[in-house]
Amino acid sequence: MVIAKTVDGEIGIMPQHAPVLGVLVEGGVLRVKREGEDELVAAVHGGFISVADDEVSVLAEVAELGSEVDVAAARDALDRAQASIEANQEDADAAVEAQRARARLRAAGEEV
Amino acid sequence: MGAQLRLLRRRITSVRSTAKITRAQELIASSRIVRAQQRMQAALPYEREITRAVTGVVSNAASVDHPLTVAKDNPAKAGVLIVTSDSGFCGGFNANVLREAEALRGLLEGRGLAVTPFVTGRKGVTWHSFRNREMGGSWVGFSRKPAYADAKEIAAMLIESFKDENGIDEIHIVSTEFVSMLSQNVVVKRILPLEVEETEATESTTIPPYFEFEPTAGDVLESLLPRYVESRIFTALLQSAASEEAARRRAMKSATDNANELMRVLTQQMNQARQAEITQEISEIVGGANALADAAAGKE
Repeated sequence: MVIAKTVDGEIGIMPQHAPVLGVLVEGGVLRVKREGEDELVAAVHGGFISVADDEVSVLAEVAELGSEVDVAAARDALDRAQASIEANQEDADAAVEAQRARARLRAAGEEV
Repeated sequence: MGAQLRLLRRRITSVRSTAKITRAQELIASSRIVRAQQRMQAALPYEREITRAVTGVVSNAASVDHPLTVAKDNPAKAGVLIVTSDSGFCGGFNANVLREAEALRGLLEGRGLAVTPFVTGRKGVTWHSFRNREMGGSWVGFSRKPAYADAKEIAAMLIESFKDENGIDEIHIVSTEFVSMLSQNVVVKRILPLEVEETEATESTTIPPYFEFEPTAGDVLESLLPRYVESRIFTALLQSAASEEAARRRAMKSATDNANELMRVLTQQMNQARQAEITQEISEIVGGANALADAAAGKE
C-alpha cells in the first residue's frame, strides 16, 4: 500500500486501485508498505502521484529516502527556517523551508 | 645548419605540441560523453512518466483548456530558445545550431511574427551580442553539465512571457539532438503552445480509459504542464550537452589527425633539406680537394 499526501489530503492506494492522478503537497511524507519487507519512507517535495495499470509512479521535484536523510542537517535547516519565520512572519520561503525540513525529519523517523 | 632546416625543425616542434593538446582534448571529451549520456539516461524515466501523465490528462479531459495549450489568435510575437555551448573547440556544433535558428527566424518573420531570441550558452550569447541582436533572456555557464534548476529557471521565464497578454505568442526551441556518438542533428520544436508529443518509449504503454483527479483535472493540469515544459527543456539541454562533447571529440580527433599528417610532411621536407645540405657540403669538399690537387699538379 502506498500512502501519500496530496493537496486534498492523505490518499492510500491499495492494489487494483482505480487510475488516479494527484498533485502532491510541498513537504509531504510518502510511505510504501511492503509485504515481508520494511516500510519504505521518503520525504517528497511537490510533484505528482499517478496510478495506472496497477502501477504507482511518483514524480517528485525533489525526493529523499528516509534512510538517506542527514538528520543533523535537516534539524539545522529547520532551526534556521524557524528563526527567520520568527523574525519575519511573511517569509514564505522560510515557511516552505521549514515544511521541507519537517518532512525530511519525519521521513527519517524523528519526532518534530 | 641551414636556415630552412632550422625553420622546419621549429614548425615540427610547434605542430607536435598542438597535437598533444588536441589529443588530450579528444580524450577528455570522450570520457565526458559517457557521463553526459548517463545523465541523459537518468532523466529518461521522469520524462517518460510525465509525458504519460500529461497524455493521460489531455486524453481523459478533452474539455480542459489551459492557457499553455491554447494557440493564440493572430500571433504577433515568437520566441526562439537557442541552445548552444559555453566553450568552443567543438567544430561546427554552434554554427549548425545558429544557422538553423536563423532559418527559423526567417520562416517566422515570413509569417509576420517578430522574433525574440532566448539564448543559452556563451557562444550563442556572444554571437547575438556581436550582431547587436536584442535577447529576451540569456543563460550561460551550464552547457556541459545542465542541472534541473537551470531548466526550471528557463521554463519559468518562457512560461511567464507566454502567459503575458502582450508577451510572446509561441515558443520554439532549437537544439541538438544526440542520436549516437557519430550522429547529432539540429532539431527545431515548438514547445508552447503545447503539443503533447509521445516519445517512442511510451508508444507501447496503453493509456487507461479513465482517470480520477485529485483535486480536479484543471488543477492537475495547472501544475503538471509547467513541469512538462521544464522536462522538455531539461532533455534538450542534456542532449545538447552530450552532442557538444561528441562534436568536440570529433573535431579534436580530426585536428590531431591533421597535425600528425602535417608532422609527417614536414619531417619529410626536413630530411630532404638536410640531405641536400650534406650533398652540397660533400660536393664542396670534393670540389675544393680537386682544385687543390689540380693546383699542386700545375706546380710540378
